[in-house]
Amino acid sequence: MTSIIATSQTTRVGARQSHVFSDAITMLRRNLLHIIRYPELTIFVIGGPVVFLLLFVFVFGGTLGAGLPGVDAEGGRAAYLAYVMPGILIITIAGTAGGAATTVAMDMKEGITARFRTMAISRAAVLAGHVLGNTIQAILAVVVVFGVGVAIGFRPTTPPIDWLAAFGIIALISFAVSWLAVAMGMQAKSVESASNLPLILLLLPLLGSGFVPTDSMPQWLQWFAEYQPFTPFIEAIRGLLLGTPLGWNVVLAIGWSVVLAVGGYIWSMVLYERRSVR
Amino acid sequence: MTTPAIELHGLRKSYGEKLVLDDVDLTVNAGTVTALLGPNGAGKTTAVNILATLVRPDGGTASVNGCDVVEDPDGVRAVIGLTGQFSAVDKLLTGEENLLLMARLRHLGAKRTRTRTTELLEQFDLVEAARKPLSTYSGGMQRRLDLAMTLVDTPSVIFLDEPTTGLDPRSRRTMWDIVRGIVANGTTVLLTTQYLDEADELADRIAVLDDGRIVADGTPDELKRLVPGGHVQLRFTTAAALDTASRLLDESVRDDAALTLTVPSDGGVRALRTVLDQLDAQKLEVEDLSIHTPDLDDVFFALTGRVDTKGTES
Repeated sequence: MTSIIATSQTTRVGARQSHVFSDAITMLRRNLLHIIRYPELTIFVIGGPVVFLLLFVFVFGGTLGAGLPGVDAEGGRAAYLAYVMPGILIITIAGTAGGAATTVAMDMKEGITARFRTMAISRAAVLAGHVLGNTIQAILAVVVVFGVGVAIGFRPTTPPIDWLAAFGIIALISFAVSWLAVAMGMQAKSVESASNLPLILLLLPLLGSGFVPTDSMPQWLQWFAEYQPFTPFIEAIRGLLLGTPLGWNVVLAIGWSVVLAVGGYIWSMVLYERRSVR
Repeated sequence: MTTPAIELHGLRKSYGEKLVLDDVDLTVNAGTVTALLGPNGAGKTTAVNILATLVRPDGGTASVNGCDVVEDPDGVRAVIGLTGQFSAVDKLLTGEENLLLMARLRHLGAKRTRTRTTELLEQFDLVEAARKPLSTYSGGMQRRLDLAMTLVDTPSVIFLDEPTTGLDPRSRRTMWDIVRGIVANGTTVLLTTQYLDEADELADRIAVLDDGRIVADGTPDELKRLVPGGHVQLRFTTAAALDTASRLLDESVRDDAALTLTVPSDGGVRALRTVLDQLDAQKLEVEDLSIHTPDLDDVFFALTGRVDTKGTES
Protein backbone atom coordinates (compact mmCIF):
# COMPACT_ATOMS: atom_id res chain seq x y z
CA MET A 1 0.00 0.00 0.00
CA THR A 2 2.67 2.45 1.09
CA SER A 3 4.83 1.61 -1.88
CA ILE A 4 1.94 2.14 -4.28
CA ILE A 5 1.34 5.63 -2.90
CA ALA A 6 5.05 6.39 -3.08
CA THR A 7 5.22 5.28 -6.69
CA SER A 8 2.21 7.29 -7.77
CA GLN A 9 3.62 10.39 -6.11
CA THR A 10 6.97 9.97 -7.79
CA THR A 11 5.24 9.62 -11.13
CA ARG A 12 3.28 12.77 -10.48
CA VAL A 13 6.39 14.74 -9.49
CA GLY A 14 8.17 13.37 -12.56
CA ALA A 15 5.32 14.37 -14.83
CA ARG A 16 5.28 17.84 -13.34
CA GLN A 17 8.99 18.35 -13.83
CA SER A 18 8.73 17.39 -17.47
CA HIS A 19 6.21 20.22 -17.86
CA VAL A 20 8.43 22.89 -16.27
CA PHE A 21 10.08 23.62 -19.59
CA SER A 22 6.93 23.71 -21.73
CA ASP A 23 5.12 25.73 -19.04
CA ALA A 24 7.99 28.21 -18.97
CA ILE A 25 7.70 28.60 -22.76
CA THR A 26 3.92 29.14 -22.44
CA MET A 27 4.54 31.79 -19.78
CA LEU A 28 7.25 33.37 -21.93
CA ARG A 29 4.74 33.64 -24.79
CA ARG A 30 2.36 35.40 -22.43
CA ASN A 31 5.06 37.86 -21.35
CA LEU A 32 6.14 38.53 -24.94
CA LEU A 33 2.52 39.35 -25.80
CA HIS A 34 2.51 41.75 -22.86
CA ILE A 35 5.64 43.42 -24.23
CA ILE A 36 3.95 43.83 -27.62
CA ARG A 37 0.66 45.06 -26.11
CA TYR A 38 2.41 47.53 -23.85
CA PRO A 39 5.14 49.06 -26.03
CA GLU A 40 5.58 52.10 -23.78
CA LEU A 41 7.81 50.05 -21.49
CA THR A 42 10.09 48.98 -24.36
CA ILE A 43 10.31 52.55 -25.62
CA PHE A 44 11.27 53.63 -22.12
CA VAL A 45 13.99 50.99 -21.63
CA ILE A 46 15.49 51.88 -25.02
CA GLY A 47 14.94 55.64 -24.87
CA GLY A 48 16.58 56.07 -21.46
CA PRO A 49 20.01 54.70 -22.39
CA VAL A 50 19.94 56.43 -25.80
CA VAL A 51 19.44 59.80 -24.07
CA PHE A 52 22.23 58.86 -21.66
CA LEU A 53 24.52 57.97 -24.55
CA LEU A 54 23.86 61.20 -26.47
CA LEU A 55 24.16 63.26 -23.30
CA PHE A 56 27.47 61.71 -22.27
CA VAL A 57 28.99 61.85 -25.74
CA PHE A 58 27.83 65.25 -26.99
CA VAL A 59 27.50 67.22 -23.74
CA PHE A 60 30.16 65.77 -21.41
CA GLY A 61 32.15 63.79 -23.98
CA GLY A 62 34.56 66.46 -25.14
CA THR A 63 35.79 67.24 -21.64
CA LEU A 64 35.58 63.72 -20.23
CA GLY A 65 37.36 62.28 -23.26
CA ALA A 66 40.20 64.77 -23.00
CA GLY A 67 40.73 63.53 -19.44
CA LEU A 68 41.20 59.91 -20.54
CA PRO A 69 44.84 58.72 -20.36
CA GLY A 70 46.70 59.19 -23.65
CA VAL A 71 44.01 61.17 -25.44
CA ASP A 72 44.66 64.65 -26.86
CA ALA A 73 42.11 67.47 -26.63
CA GLU A 74 40.81 67.29 -30.22
CA GLY A 75 40.10 63.55 -30.20
CA GLY A 76 38.23 63.74 -26.88
CA ARG A 77 34.66 63.18 -28.04
CA ALA A 78 35.40 60.21 -30.34
CA ALA A 79 37.64 58.63 -27.70
CA TYR A 80 34.98 59.07 -25.07
CA LEU A 81 32.30 57.49 -27.30
CA ALA A 82 34.50 54.40 -27.53
CA TYR A 83 35.18 54.48 -23.80
CA VAL A 84 31.57 54.94 -22.64
CA MET A 85 29.85 52.51 -25.04
CA PRO A 86 30.36 49.32 -22.97
CA GLY A 87 29.09 51.16 -19.87
CA ILE A 88 26.03 52.37 -21.76
CA LEU A 89 25.28 48.83 -22.96
CA ILE A 90 25.50 47.49 -19.41
CA ILE A 91 23.40 50.33 -17.99
CA THR A 92 20.81 49.49 -20.66
CA ILE A 93 20.51 46.01 -19.15
CA ALA A 94 20.39 47.42 -15.61
CA GLY A 95 17.69 49.84 -16.75
CA THR A 96 15.32 47.03 -17.72
CA ALA A 97 15.22 45.86 -14.09
CA GLY A 98 12.90 48.67 -12.97
CA GLY A 99 10.34 47.82 -15.66
CA ALA A 100 10.58 44.10 -14.96
CA ALA A 101 10.14 44.62 -11.20
CA THR A 102 7.08 46.82 -11.78
CA THR A 103 5.59 44.29 -14.21
CA VAL A 104 6.08 41.47 -11.71
CA ALA A 105 4.66 43.50 -8.81
CA MET A 106 1.58 44.31 -10.92
CA ASP A 107 1.19 40.74 -12.08
CA MET A 108 1.31 39.36 -8.52
CA LYS A 109 -1.79 41.40 -7.74
CA GLU A 110 -3.74 40.16 -10.78
CA GLY A 111 -6.44 37.53 -10.51
CA ILE A 112 -4.73 35.53 -13.24
CA THR A 113 -1.72 34.91 -10.97
CA ALA A 114 -4.07 33.57 -8.29
CA ARG A 115 -5.51 31.30 -10.97
CA PHE A 116 -2.03 30.02 -11.87
CA ARG A 117 -1.56 29.12 -8.22
CA THR A 118 -4.68 26.98 -8.22
CA MET A 119 -3.32 25.05 -11.21
CA ALA A 120 -0.67 22.35 -11.20
CA ILE A 121 1.97 24.59 -12.76
CA SER A 122 5.53 24.69 -11.48
CA ARG A 123 6.19 27.94 -9.62
CA ALA A 124 9.54 28.20 -11.38
CA ALA A 125 7.76 28.26 -14.75
CA VAL A 126 5.68 31.32 -13.81
CA LEU A 127 8.82 33.19 -12.74
CA ALA A 128 10.87 31.93 -15.67
CA GLY A 129 8.27 33.42 -18.03
CA HIS A 130 8.95 36.85 -16.56
CA VAL A 131 12.72 36.32 -16.52
CA LEU A 132 12.97 35.10 -20.12
CA GLY A 133 10.61 37.83 -21.34
CA ASN A 134 12.73 40.51 -19.72
CA THR A 135 15.97 38.90 -20.93
CA ILE A 136 14.72 39.11 -24.52
CA GLN A 137 13.57 42.69 -24.00
CA ALA A 138 16.97 43.62 -22.53
CA ILE A 139 18.89 42.01 -25.42
CA LEU A 140 16.69 43.85 -27.94
CA ALA A 141 17.29 47.12 -26.12
CA VAL A 142 21.05 46.54 -26.13
CA VAL A 143 20.98 45.83 -29.87
CA VAL A 144 19.07 49.08 -30.60
CA VAL A 145 21.29 51.17 -28.30
CA PHE A 146 24.37 49.61 -29.91
CA GLY A 147 22.92 50.57 -33.30
CA VAL A 148 22.57 54.18 -32.19
CA GLY A 149 26.18 54.05 -30.98
CA VAL A 150 27.33 52.80 -34.40
CA ALA A 151 25.25 55.53 -36.09
CA ILE A 152 27.08 58.24 -34.17
CA GLY A 153 30.49 56.76 -34.94
CA PHE A 154 31.25 53.84 -32.59
CA ARG A 155 33.35 51.13 -34.28
CA PRO A 156 34.42 47.89 -32.60
CA THR A 157 38.12 47.18 -33.25
CA THR A 158 38.08 43.45 -32.59
CA PRO A 159 37.37 40.48 -34.92
CA PRO A 160 33.69 39.42 -35.27
CA ILE A 161 34.24 36.27 -33.19
CA ASP A 162 34.82 38.57 -30.20
CA TRP A 163 31.57 40.41 -30.94
CA LEU A 164 29.79 37.09 -30.72
CA ALA A 165 31.41 36.44 -27.34
CA ALA A 166 30.35 39.93 -26.22
CA PHE A 167 26.78 39.13 -27.30
CA GLY A 168 26.89 35.92 -25.26
CA ILE A 169 28.08 37.81 -22.17
CA ILE A 170 25.35 40.45 -22.72
CA ALA A 171 22.70 37.70 -22.87
CA LEU A 172 24.05 36.08 -19.71
CA ILE A 173 24.14 39.36 -17.78
CA SER A 174 20.60 40.16 -18.99
CA PHE A 175 19.42 36.79 -17.70
CA ALA A 176 21.10 37.33 -14.31
CA VAL A 177 19.80 40.89 -13.89
CA SER A 178 16.30 39.68 -14.87
CA TRP A 179 16.24 37.12 -12.05
CA LEU A 180 17.30 39.83 -9.60
CA ALA A 181 14.67 42.20 -10.99
CA VAL A 182 11.90 39.60 -10.62
CA ALA A 183 12.91 38.99 -7.00
CA MET A 184 12.97 42.75 -6.36
CA GLY A 185 9.50 43.10 -7.89
CA MET A 186 8.18 40.40 -5.57
CA GLN A 187 9.90 41.97 -2.59
CA ALA A 188 8.11 45.29 -3.18
CA LYS A 189 5.16 45.99 -0.92
CA SER A 190 3.35 47.89 -3.67
CA VAL A 191 3.48 48.45 -7.41
CA GLU A 192 4.50 52.07 -6.82
CA SER A 193 7.60 51.11 -4.83
CA ALA A 194 8.60 48.21 -7.10
CA SER A 195 11.07 50.27 -9.12
CA ASN A 196 12.90 51.62 -6.05
CA LEU A 197 15.16 48.66 -5.30
CA PRO A 198 16.26 48.24 -8.97
CA LEU A 199 17.63 51.81 -8.87
CA ILE A 200 20.65 50.31 -7.11
CA LEU A 201 21.37 48.31 -10.26
CA LEU A 202 21.17 51.50 -12.31
CA LEU A 203 23.68 53.20 -10.02
CA LEU A 204 26.28 50.43 -10.03
CA PRO A 205 27.65 50.98 -13.58
CA LEU A 206 28.25 54.62 -12.60
CA LEU A 207 30.19 53.50 -9.53
CA GLY A 208 32.41 51.27 -11.68
CA SER A 209 34.58 51.69 -14.72
CA GLY A 210 31.67 52.49 -17.05
CA PHE A 211 31.94 56.26 -17.38
CA VAL A 212 35.36 57.23 -16.08
CA PRO A 213 38.47 55.14 -15.30
CA THR A 214 38.39 53.99 -11.66
CA ASP A 215 41.93 55.43 -11.11
CA SER A 216 40.38 58.90 -11.05
CA MET A 217 38.17 58.02 -8.05
CA PRO A 218 38.99 58.40 -4.33
CA GLN A 219 40.69 55.37 -2.80
CA TRP A 220 37.64 53.93 -0.97
CA LEU A 221 35.43 54.22 -4.05
CA GLN A 222 38.15 52.66 -6.18
CA TRP A 223 38.11 49.67 -3.87
CA PHE A 224 34.34 49.36 -4.20
CA ALA A 225 34.46 49.83 -7.99
CA GLU A 226 37.10 47.15 -8.28
CA TYR A 227 35.12 44.45 -6.48
CA GLN A 228 31.53 45.05 -7.57
CA PRO A 229 30.04 42.90 -10.37
CA PHE A 230 29.45 45.68 -12.88
CA THR A 231 33.14 46.50 -13.34
CA PRO A 232 34.03 43.04 -14.73
CA PHE A 233 30.80 43.17 -16.78
CA ILE A 234 31.89 46.44 -18.37
CA GLU A 235 35.57 45.46 -18.71
CA ALA A 236 34.65 42.15 -20.38
CA ILE A 237 32.50 43.94 -22.98
CA ARG A 238 35.16 46.64 -23.45
CA GLY A 239 37.85 44.03 -24.00
CA LEU A 240 35.72 42.04 -26.43
CA LEU A 241 34.68 45.11 -28.48
CA LEU A 242 37.76 47.33 -28.25
CA GLY A 243 40.61 44.94 -27.55
CA THR A 244 41.57 46.30 -24.12
CA PRO A 245 43.29 43.73 -21.87
CA LEU A 246 40.70 41.15 -20.76
CA GLY A 247 42.54 39.59 -17.85
CA TRP A 248 40.12 37.60 -15.68
CA ASN A 249 37.19 39.83 -16.56
CA VAL A 250 35.33 37.35 -18.79
CA VAL A 251 35.59 34.66 -16.13
CA LEU A 252 34.55 37.14 -13.41
CA ALA A 253 31.61 38.37 -15.53
CA ILE A 254 30.37 34.81 -16.04
CA GLY A 255 30.94 33.98 -12.36
CA TRP A 256 29.07 37.07 -11.15
CA SER A 257 26.22 36.38 -13.59
CA VAL A 258 25.82 32.87 -12.22
CA VAL A 259 25.89 34.17 -8.63
CA LEU A 260 23.31 36.90 -9.35
CA ALA A 261 21.05 34.55 -11.31
CA VAL A 262 21.11 31.83 -8.66
CA GLY A 263 20.68 34.42 -5.90
CA GLY A 264 17.74 36.02 -7.70
CA TYR A 265 16.22 32.59 -8.38
CA ILE A 266 16.37 31.49 -4.74
CA TRP A 267 15.20 34.89 -3.49
CA SER A 268 12.20 35.00 -5.81
CA MET A 269 11.21 31.35 -5.27
CA VAL A 270 11.19 31.84 -1.49
CA LEU A 271 9.06 34.98 -1.86
CA TYR A 272 6.70 33.28 -4.31
CA GLU A 273 6.10 30.41 -1.90
CA ARG A 274 5.58 32.78 1.02
CA ARG A 275 3.20 34.98 -0.93
CA SER A 276 1.29 32.11 -2.49
CA VAL A 277 -0.11 30.51 0.61
CA ARG A 278 -1.37 32.80 3.31
CA MET B 1 -18.64 4.07 0.15
CA THR B 2 -17.51 6.66 -2.35
CA THR B 3 -15.19 9.48 -1.39
CA PRO B 4 -17.00 12.81 -1.09
CA ALA B 5 -15.89 15.41 -3.62
CA ILE B 6 -15.30 17.99 -0.91
CA GLU B 7 -14.82 17.40 2.80
CA LEU B 8 -14.19 19.98 5.50
CA HIS B 9 -13.59 18.91 9.10
CA GLY B 10 -13.28 21.36 11.96
CA LEU B 11 -11.78 23.92 9.58
CA ARG B 12 -10.38 26.98 11.31
CA LYS B 13 -8.70 30.08 10.01
CA SER B 14 -8.00 33.44 11.54
CA TYR B 15 -6.25 36.55 10.31
CA GLY B 16 -4.58 38.07 13.34
CA GLU B 17 -7.25 38.56 15.98
CA LYS B 18 -10.10 38.04 13.56
CA LEU B 19 -11.51 34.52 13.47
CA VAL B 20 -12.74 33.97 9.92
CA LEU B 21 -13.65 30.29 9.97
CA ASP B 22 -14.63 28.67 13.24
CA ASP B 23 -14.85 24.89 13.22
CA VAL B 24 -16.53 24.46 9.84
CA ASP B 25 -17.73 20.99 8.77
CA LEU B 26 -19.06 20.41 5.30
CA THR B 27 -19.40 17.41 3.02
CA VAL B 28 -20.24 17.74 -0.66
CA ASN B 29 -21.03 14.58 -2.62
CA ALA B 30 -19.72 14.13 -6.13
CA GLY B 31 -21.94 15.46 -8.89
CA THR B 32 -23.95 17.78 -6.65
CA VAL B 33 -24.19 21.54 -6.29
CA THR B 34 -23.79 23.07 -2.86
CA ALA B 35 -24.23 26.74 -2.18
CA LEU B 36 -22.36 28.44 0.62
CA LEU B 37 -24.73 31.25 1.49
CA GLY B 38 -23.76 34.17 3.67
CA PRO B 39 -23.21 37.90 3.91
CA ASN B 40 -19.93 39.63 3.11
CA GLY B 41 -17.30 38.75 5.66
CA ALA B 42 -18.94 35.46 6.66
CA GLY B 43 -15.88 33.51 5.52
CA LYS B 44 -17.17 32.13 2.21
CA THR B 45 -14.22 33.23 0.11
CA THR B 46 -11.73 32.07 2.74
CA ALA B 47 -13.30 28.60 2.73
CA VAL B 48 -13.10 28.44 -1.07
CA ASN B 49 -9.53 29.75 -1.09
CA ILE B 50 -8.48 27.04 1.36
CA LEU B 51 -10.04 24.40 -0.89
CA ALA B 52 -8.34 25.94 -3.93
CA THR B 53 -4.93 25.72 -2.13
CA LEU B 54 -4.52 29.50 -2.06
CA VAL B 55 -4.83 29.79 1.72
CA ARG B 56 -3.49 27.44 4.37
CA PRO B 57 -5.90 26.50 7.15
CA ASP B 58 -4.91 27.04 10.80
CA GLY B 59 -6.65 23.88 11.95
CA GLY B 60 -8.87 21.07 10.81
CA THR B 61 -8.71 19.38 7.42
CA ALA B 62 -9.95 20.11 3.94
CA SER B 63 -9.84 17.66 1.09
CA VAL B 64 -10.97 17.47 -2.52
CA ASN B 65 -11.59 14.03 -4.05
CA GLY B 66 -9.75 12.59 -1.06
CA CYS B 67 -6.61 14.71 -1.60
CA ASP B 68 -5.70 16.85 1.40
CA VAL B 69 -5.14 20.49 0.47
CA VAL B 70 -2.05 20.80 2.69
CA GLU B 71 -0.52 17.34 2.17
CA ASP B 72 -1.11 17.04 -1.56
CA PRO B 73 -1.88 20.45 -3.06
CA ASP B 74 -0.87 19.35 -6.56
CA GLY B 75 -3.31 16.45 -6.38
CA VAL B 76 -6.03 18.97 -5.55
CA ARG B 77 -4.90 21.40 -8.25
CA ALA B 78 -5.09 18.71 -10.89
CA VAL B 79 -8.85 18.25 -10.44
CA ILE B 80 -10.20 21.68 -9.48
CA GLY B 81 -11.18 24.86 -11.25
CA LEU B 82 -11.81 28.21 -9.55
CA THR B 83 -13.68 31.21 -10.83
CA GLY B 84 -13.25 33.85 -8.22
CA GLN B 85 -15.13 37.02 -7.51
CA PHE B 86 -12.17 39.01 -8.84
CA SER B 87 -11.69 38.22 -12.49
CA ALA B 88 -8.83 35.83 -13.07
CA VAL B 89 -8.25 36.80 -16.68
CA ASP B 90 -5.20 38.34 -18.32
CA LYS B 91 -6.36 41.82 -19.27
CA LEU B 92 -3.55 42.44 -21.75
CA LEU B 93 -4.50 39.42 -23.86
CA THR B 94 -7.53 38.78 -26.05
CA GLY B 95 -10.25 36.31 -25.08
CA GLU B 96 -8.87 33.71 -27.44
CA GLU B 97 -5.31 34.16 -26.18
CA ASN B 98 -6.53 33.71 -22.61
CA LEU B 99 -8.16 30.40 -23.51
CA LEU B 100 -5.12 29.24 -25.48
CA LEU B 101 -2.93 30.09 -22.48
CA MET B 102 -5.07 27.92 -20.21
CA ALA B 103 -5.22 25.06 -22.72
CA ARG B 104 -1.42 25.07 -23.04
CA LEU B 105 -0.94 25.13 -19.27
CA ARG B 106 -3.30 22.14 -19.04
CA HIS B 107 -1.14 20.38 -21.67
CA LEU B 108 -3.98 19.52 -24.00
CA GLY B 109 -1.65 19.12 -26.98
CA ALA B 110 -1.51 21.40 -30.03
CA LYS B 111 -4.59 20.07 -31.83
CA ARG B 112 -6.87 19.72 -28.82
CA THR B 113 -5.77 23.19 -27.63
CA ARG B 114 -7.18 24.69 -30.85
CA THR B 115 -10.42 22.72 -30.96
CA ARG B 116 -11.16 23.19 -27.26
CA THR B 117 -10.60 26.95 -27.54
CA THR B 118 -12.97 27.18 -30.53
CA GLU B 119 -15.53 25.04 -28.69
CA LEU B 120 -15.49 27.23 -25.60
CA LEU B 121 -15.66 30.48 -27.55
CA GLU B 122 -18.81 29.19 -29.24
CA GLN B 123 -20.33 27.76 -26.08
CA PHE B 124 -19.82 31.00 -24.17
CA ASP B 125 -20.93 33.26 -27.00
CA LEU B 126 -17.54 34.92 -27.34
CA VAL B 127 -16.76 34.17 -30.99
CA GLU B 128 -17.18 37.73 -32.17
CA ALA B 129 -15.10 39.16 -29.35
CA ALA B 130 -12.47 36.40 -29.50
CA ARG B 131 -9.72 38.53 -31.02
CA LYS B 132 -10.55 41.76 -29.25
CA PRO B 133 -8.65 43.01 -26.20
CA LEU B 134 -10.37 42.45 -22.86
CA SER B 135 -10.68 46.19 -22.31
CA THR B 136 -13.60 46.09 -24.76
CA TYR B 137 -15.41 43.31 -22.85
CA SER B 138 -18.45 43.97 -20.66
CA GLY B 139 -18.58 42.65 -17.09
CA GLY B 140 -20.75 39.75 -18.18
CA MET B 141 -18.40 38.82 -21.03
CA GLN B 142 -15.37 38.88 -18.73
CA ARG B 143 -17.16 36.64 -16.26
CA ARG B 144 -18.10 34.23 -19.05
CA LEU B 145 -14.51 34.14 -20.28
CA ASP B 146 -13.34 33.61 -16.72
CA LEU B 147 -15.58 30.58 -16.36
CA ALA B 148 -14.64 29.28 -19.81
CA MET B 149 -10.97 29.41 -18.74
CA THR B 150 -11.84 27.35 -15.66
CA LEU B 151 -13.55 24.76 -17.87
CA VAL B 152 -10.75 24.27 -20.39
CA ASP B 153 -9.78 20.90 -18.95
CA THR B 154 -13.25 19.90 -17.59
CA PRO B 155 -12.23 19.80 -13.91
CA SER B 156 -14.26 17.43 -11.74
CA VAL B 157 -14.75 19.97 -8.94
CA ILE B 158 -15.47 23.64 -9.59
CA PHE B 159 -15.54 26.48 -7.11
CA LEU B 160 -17.58 29.50 -8.11
CA ASP B 161 -16.96 32.37 -5.76
CA GLU B 162 -19.87 34.79 -6.11
CA PRO B 163 -20.21 34.14 -9.84
CA THR B 164 -22.91 36.73 -10.46
CA THR B 165 -22.00 39.53 -8.05
CA GLY B 166 -22.01 42.79 -9.97
CA LEU B 167 -23.70 41.40 -13.07
CA ASP B 168 -26.87 42.81 -14.59
CA PRO B 169 -30.01 40.63 -14.38
CA ARG B 170 -29.70 39.30 -17.91
CA SER B 171 -26.03 38.31 -17.59
CA ARG B 172 -26.99 36.74 -14.29
CA ARG B 173 -29.57 34.49 -15.98
CA THR B 174 -27.04 33.56 -18.68
CA MET B 175 -24.56 32.63 -15.96
CA TRP B 176 -27.14 30.45 -14.22
CA ASP B 177 -27.84 28.60 -17.46
CA ILE B 178 -24.13 28.00 -17.93
CA VAL B 179 -23.77 26.67 -14.39
CA ARG B 180 -26.72 24.31 -14.96
CA GLY B 181 -24.97 23.06 -18.09
CA ILE B 182 -21.79 22.34 -16.12
CA VAL B 183 -23.74 20.45 -13.49
CA ALA B 184 -25.53 18.40 -16.15
CA ASN B 185 -22.08 17.08 -17.16
CA GLY B 186 -21.64 15.60 -13.69
CA THR B 187 -19.25 18.21 -12.32
CA THR B 188 -19.32 18.92 -8.60
CA VAL B 189 -19.91 22.58 -7.89
CA LEU B 190 -19.36 24.56 -4.71
CA LEU B 191 -20.82 27.98 -5.15
CA THR B 192 -20.73 30.94 -2.81
CA THR B 193 -23.39 33.58 -2.97
CA GLN B 194 -25.12 36.22 -0.94
CA TYR B 195 -28.37 35.79 -2.84
CA LEU B 196 -30.92 33.30 -1.58
CA ASP B 197 -32.64 33.15 -4.98
CA GLU B 198 -29.37 32.19 -6.64
CA ALA B 199 -28.76 29.40 -4.16
CA ASP B 200 -32.37 28.31 -4.58
CA GLU B 201 -32.08 28.29 -8.40
CA LEU B 202 -28.85 26.32 -8.63
CA ALA B 203 -28.11 24.32 -5.52
CA ASP B 204 -29.14 20.88 -4.30
CA ARG B 205 -28.00 21.86 -0.87
CA ILE B 206 -27.44 25.14 0.92
CA ALA B 207 -25.09 25.70 3.82
CA VAL B 208 -25.56 29.02 5.56
CA LEU B 209 -22.37 30.58 6.83
CA ASP B 210 -22.49 33.32 9.42
CA ASP B 211 -19.47 34.78 11.19
CA GLY B 212 -17.34 31.80 10.27
CA ARG B 213 -19.83 29.16 11.42
CA ILE B 214 -22.28 27.01 9.53
CA VAL B 215 -25.63 27.92 11.08
CA ALA B 216 -27.86 25.83 8.81
CA ASP B 217 -27.37 23.10 6.24
CA GLY B 218 -30.07 21.51 4.13
CA THR B 219 -32.00 21.45 0.88
CA PRO B 220 -33.45 24.73 -0.36
CA ASP B 221 -36.92 23.49 0.65
CA GLU B 222 -35.78 22.66 4.16
CA LEU B 223 -34.25 26.06 4.43
CA LYS B 224 -37.30 27.82 3.11
CA ARG B 225 -39.40 26.03 5.67
CA LEU B 226 -37.28 27.82 8.23
CA VAL B 227 -38.09 31.05 6.45
CA PRO B 228 -41.80 30.68 5.87
CA GLY B 229 -42.06 33.32 3.20
CA GLY B 230 -40.64 36.59 4.28
CA HIS B 231 -42.36 39.21 6.35
CA VAL B 232 -44.66 42.14 6.38
CA GLN B 233 -43.35 45.44 7.63
CA LEU B 234 -45.79 47.86 9.23
CA ARG B 235 -45.05 51.46 10.06
CA PHE B 236 -47.07 53.34 12.65
CA THR B 237 -47.46 57.00 13.42
CA THR B 238 -47.26 56.78 17.21
CA ALA B 239 -45.24 54.76 19.71
CA ALA B 240 -48.48 53.81 21.46
CA ALA B 241 -49.87 52.23 18.30
CA LEU B 242 -46.60 50.34 17.77
CA ASP B 243 -46.78 49.15 21.34
CA THR B 244 -50.31 47.81 21.03
CA ALA B 245 -49.64 46.18 17.70
CA SER B 246 -46.50 44.45 18.89
CA ARG B 247 -48.44 42.86 21.75
CA LEU B 248 -51.20 41.90 19.36
CA LEU B 249 -49.09 40.15 16.72
CA ASP B 250 -47.13 37.04 17.69
CA GLU B 251 -43.46 36.73 16.78
CA SER B 252 -43.28 40.32 15.63
CA VAL B 253 -40.07 42.31 16.04
CA ARG B 254 -40.30 46.01 16.75
CA ASP B 255 -38.01 48.86 15.88
CA ASP B 256 -38.79 51.75 18.22
CA ALA B 257 -36.69 54.30 16.40
CA ALA B 258 -38.35 53.75 13.02
CA LEU B 259 -41.77 52.97 14.56
CA THR B 260 -41.89 49.79 12.50
CA LEU B 261 -43.00 46.29 13.26
CA THR B 262 -41.75 43.25 11.33
CA VAL B 263 -44.22 40.38 11.24
CA PRO B 264 -43.20 37.00 9.82
CA SER B 265 -45.60 36.10 7.04
CA ASP B 266 -45.74 34.13 3.81
CA GLY B 267 -46.78 37.35 2.09
CA GLY B 268 -50.02 35.80 0.81
CA VAL B 269 -53.32 37.71 0.67
CA ARG B 270 -54.95 35.57 3.35
CA ALA B 271 -52.16 36.07 5.86
CA LEU B 272 -52.08 39.76 5.08
CA ARG B 273 -55.81 40.09 5.62
CA THR B 274 -55.54 38.36 9.01
CA VAL B 275 -52.91 40.83 10.15
CA LEU B 276 -54.90 43.84 8.91
CA ASP B 277 -58.13 42.52 10.47
CA GLN B 278 -56.42 42.19 13.82
CA LEU B 279 -55.14 45.76 13.57
CA ASP B 280 -58.54 47.05 12.45
CA ALA B 281 -60.23 45.43 15.42
CA GLN B 282 -58.02 47.55 17.67
CA LYS B 283 -58.53 50.63 15.45
CA LEU B 284 -54.80 50.92 14.86
CA GLU B 285 -53.76 53.24 12.06
CA VAL B 286 -51.03 51.80 9.78
CA GLU B 287 -49.14 54.51 7.98
CA ASP B 288 -47.19 52.32 5.63
CA LEU B 289 -47.09 48.64 4.76
CA SER B 290 -44.58 46.68 2.73
CA ILE B 291 -44.32 43.00 1.87
CA HIS B 292 -40.92 41.33 1.69
CA THR B 293 -40.39 38.06 -0.15
CA PRO B 294 -37.72 35.92 1.52
CA ASP B 295 -34.13 37.01 1.02
CA LEU B 296 -30.88 36.56 2.82
CA ASP B 297 -31.98 38.95 5.55
CA ASP B 298 -34.93 36.69 6.30
CA VAL B 299 -32.77 33.59 6.42
CA PHE B 300 -30.69 35.28 9.03
CA PHE B 301 -33.73 36.61 10.77
CA ALA B 302 -35.03 33.06 11.02
CA LEU B 303 -31.73 31.40 11.84
CA THR B 304 -30.06 33.86 14.13
CA GLY B 305 -32.89 36.12 15.23
CA ARG B 306 -30.95 39.10 13.90
CA VAL B 307 -32.29 41.26 11.13
CA ASP B 308 -29.00 43.02 10.70
CA THR B 309 -26.73 41.09 8.37
CA LYS B 310 -24.02 43.69 8.18
CA GLY B 311 -22.54 44.19 4.77
CA THR B 312 -25.45 43.04 2.62
CA GLU B 313 -27.07 45.69 0.54
CA SER B 314 -30.79 45.89 1.19
